[in-house]
Amino acid sequence: MEAKTKDLWVFIETNEDGSPKKVGLELLNPGRDLATKQGGKLVAVVVGNNVADAVEQAGIYGADQVIVIEGPEFEKYTTDAYVMALYYLVEKYGPTTVMIGATPNGRDLGPRFSCRLKTGLTADCTSLDIDEETGNVAWTRPAFGGNLMATIMCPDHRPQCGTVRPGVFKKPAAGENKAEVIKEDFHVAPEDIRTCLLEVIKEAAGETVDLEGADIIVSGGRGMGGPDGFKTTLKPLADLIGGVVGASRAAVDSGWIGHAHQVGQTGKTVGPKLYIACGISGAIQHVAGMSSSDCIVAINKDEDASIFNIADYGVIGDLYEVVPALTEEIKKLKA
Amino acid sequence: MNILVCVKQVPDTTQIKIDPVKHTLIREGVPAILNPFDGYALEAAARIKDKDPSTKITVVTMGPPQAVAVLKECVAIAADKGYLVTGRTFGGSDTLATSYILSHAIKQIAEKEGAFDAIFCGKQAIDGDTAQVGPEIAEWLGLPQVTYGLECEAVEGGLKVKKEAEDGVQIIGIKCPCLVTFTKPAFDPRYPTIKRKLAANRAKFEQLGDGFDPEMDPAYYGLNGSPTHVKKSFTPPVKQGGIKIKEETGADSAAKLAKILVDNNII
Ligand SMILES: Cc1cc2nc3c(=O)[nH]c(=O)nc-3n(C[C@H](O)[C@H](O)[C@H](O)COP(=O)(O)OP(=O)(O)OC[C@H]3O[C@@H](n4cnc5c(N)ncnc54)[C@H](O)[C@@H]3O)c2cc1C
Ligand SMILES: Cc1cc2nc3c(=O)[nH]c(=O)nc-3n(C[C@H](O)[C@H](O)[C@H](O)COP(=O)(O)OP(=O)(O)OC[C@H]3O[C@@H](n4cnc5c(N)ncnc54)[C@H](O)[C@@H]3O)c2cc1C
Repeated sequence: MEAKTKDLWVFIETNEDGSPKKVGLELLNPGRDLATKQGGKLVAVVVGNNVADAVEQAGIYGADQVIVIEGPEFEKYTTDAYVMALYYLVEKYGPTTVMIGATPNGRDLGPRFSCRLKTGLTADCTSLDIDEETGNVAWTRPAFGGNLMATIMCPDHRPQCGTVRPGVFKKPAAGENKAEVIKEDFHVAPEDIRTCLLEVIKEAAGETVDLEGADIIVSGGRGMGGPDGFKTTLKPLADLIGGVVGASRAAVDSGWIGHAHQVGQTGKTVGPKLYIACGISGAIQHVAGMSSSDCIVAINKDEDASIFNIADYGVIGDLYEVVPALTEEIKKLKA
Repeated sequence: MNILVCVKQVPDTTQIKIDPVKHTLIREGVPAILNPFDGYALEAAARIKDKDPSTKITVVTMGPPQAVAVLKECVAIAADKGYLVTGRTFGGSDTLATSYILSHAIKQIAEKEGAFDAIFCGKQAIDGDTAQVGPEIAEWLGLPQVTYGLECEAVEGGLKVKKEAEDGVQIIGIKCPCLVTFTKPAFDPRYPTIKRKLAANRAKFEQLGDGFDPEMDPAYYGLNGSPTHVKKSFTPPVKQGGIKIKEETGADSAAKLAKILVDNNII
């Protein structure tokens, strides 16, 4: 496909209540920079149901234009409806770049959509730039479980597309909403949606947690030794410093805490201001989900644990001695 | 059911070390394994076969000739047959090109094995790590898809897939033919039995080589048919200056850490 404009699009994924997922707003930050360098507009694309909130926030966080597709068939994400909607818009407007948050839905949507356009897609990017020589987006991403970084370009196909990891970029500063809003009347017939949501088994009450939105995460691993420490040792610290509780896969698989808390390759990807890893060894699959945290603290009794290689502050010791004392010390210092 | 599982041979990336001087990956001595997520996809197929023994499981891999090892492993675990797609012209393919080649291979294999009711893939390969090939194969073949599958069950005319979602688990109904990608379930996949291992050692695998499908357009595969290009690769910068804290007692260490976190406005 030929690009008809120099515009850069950010796909804003919405929740069922029409609010935007955080990563969509985060992408408006690097999006602004790249759009300026590309010499085009920064466009937010919002698909969902009753999305007034997402449209408003896209404007506040800096989009020049917001293109909206709304309808009950978009309330819950389905591959078929969302790919059709996004494909329709791209064909019509011809952006030069499309960025999608690398959430589970984003990674379901991205490749299906880029394949329909027969263009390239760079997966799960953690850094973005414009190549000075060619003007192409230089997408940088981890591969080989985070052991290797690769910078990828898509020189001859448009739009150039990428999914971008949540938590890597910060939301831009809020400003005056000057966005032009375009509402597109596009609908998908029920028979074109070939999957059907039969049942939702939510995590038990009290088990849900917003890891992606959290500024501080206190995580426990196999070193917790059982389920109790999550409640008696980690939770009080998390509550005190305004954080939430996360976990390694080993802890989740042992049944000590729900899957919603899992951080890593098969859990959530997070980028909080502070990540405290307690009794977690630092396996590559865990690190893949938290390495972009601003500050990493590790508490582990094994001096050689690989988590210390990525920690800003590493405490060598028994977490059951260190964490309660840490909670008390912070209480004192903050008092 | 007639099921095809797409499997990839990958280096065991958990064993990769980085050369501290040259800042490159040390690949020597790193074992080549079946991509773990593809093992989960195979397990999902095997569980359908446990319930309905008339189920046939075929595996396909694209890679160098030695990738035949993963086909053998899959036959030892649960697969009935395997196909190897290998050719110089396929090298350097990005995910769009890889999925293009595989979708054509799947059409050819279906001529011999019968139309597939379901195609299973891993969620992602642990080397390329893109998680793109599954959905792209589904797109080339026009099939509906479910990603992040944990388990599935055959029902009249389709599948019921248990899928990992952001806030729990969803059960999705999907009609066959379809494509499902699998992530890590809470259970361990089965191991091969000795009897199956011996049989797998004797198994022969058909190959699809360069030009296996004259209908394929070279503009869509190989290095030149790939829209994305790796411009450079480098090892991630190691975190410098991490501070280790190991005082007399745990409480002393905690006090030191607390002071650092508060003084630096981290909390
Ligand atoms: C395909 C695949 C996907 C995966 N996805 C994920 C994922 O998303 N997230 C994830 O986390 N893992 C994932 N894993 C698993 C991963 O490989 C590791 O097995 C897991 O992260 C280990 O968890 P852990 O660090 O809690 O346990 P361990 O590796 O067992 O480490 C426990 C640590 O606790 C320390 N310890 C023990 N007792 C104490 C104490 N009292 N005080 C202080 N320290 C103590 C030990 O020294 C040790 O370092 C995946 C694996 C595979 C194959
Ligand atoms: C450092 C690096 C970065 C890269 N980044 C990108 C990128 O961002 N975008 C891009 O388009 N390409 C990229 N590539 C190219 C990509 O790795 C290859 O196209 C690769 O063949 C397929 O991608 P993957 O390993 O990520 O597979 P995934 O898409 O993660 O694999 C998902 C599933 O598809 C099936 N599958 C994948 N490959 C095969 C196979 N050969 N045979 C049978 N089944 C298979 C398996 O079931 C697998 O579990 C990159 C390559 C490198 C070296």
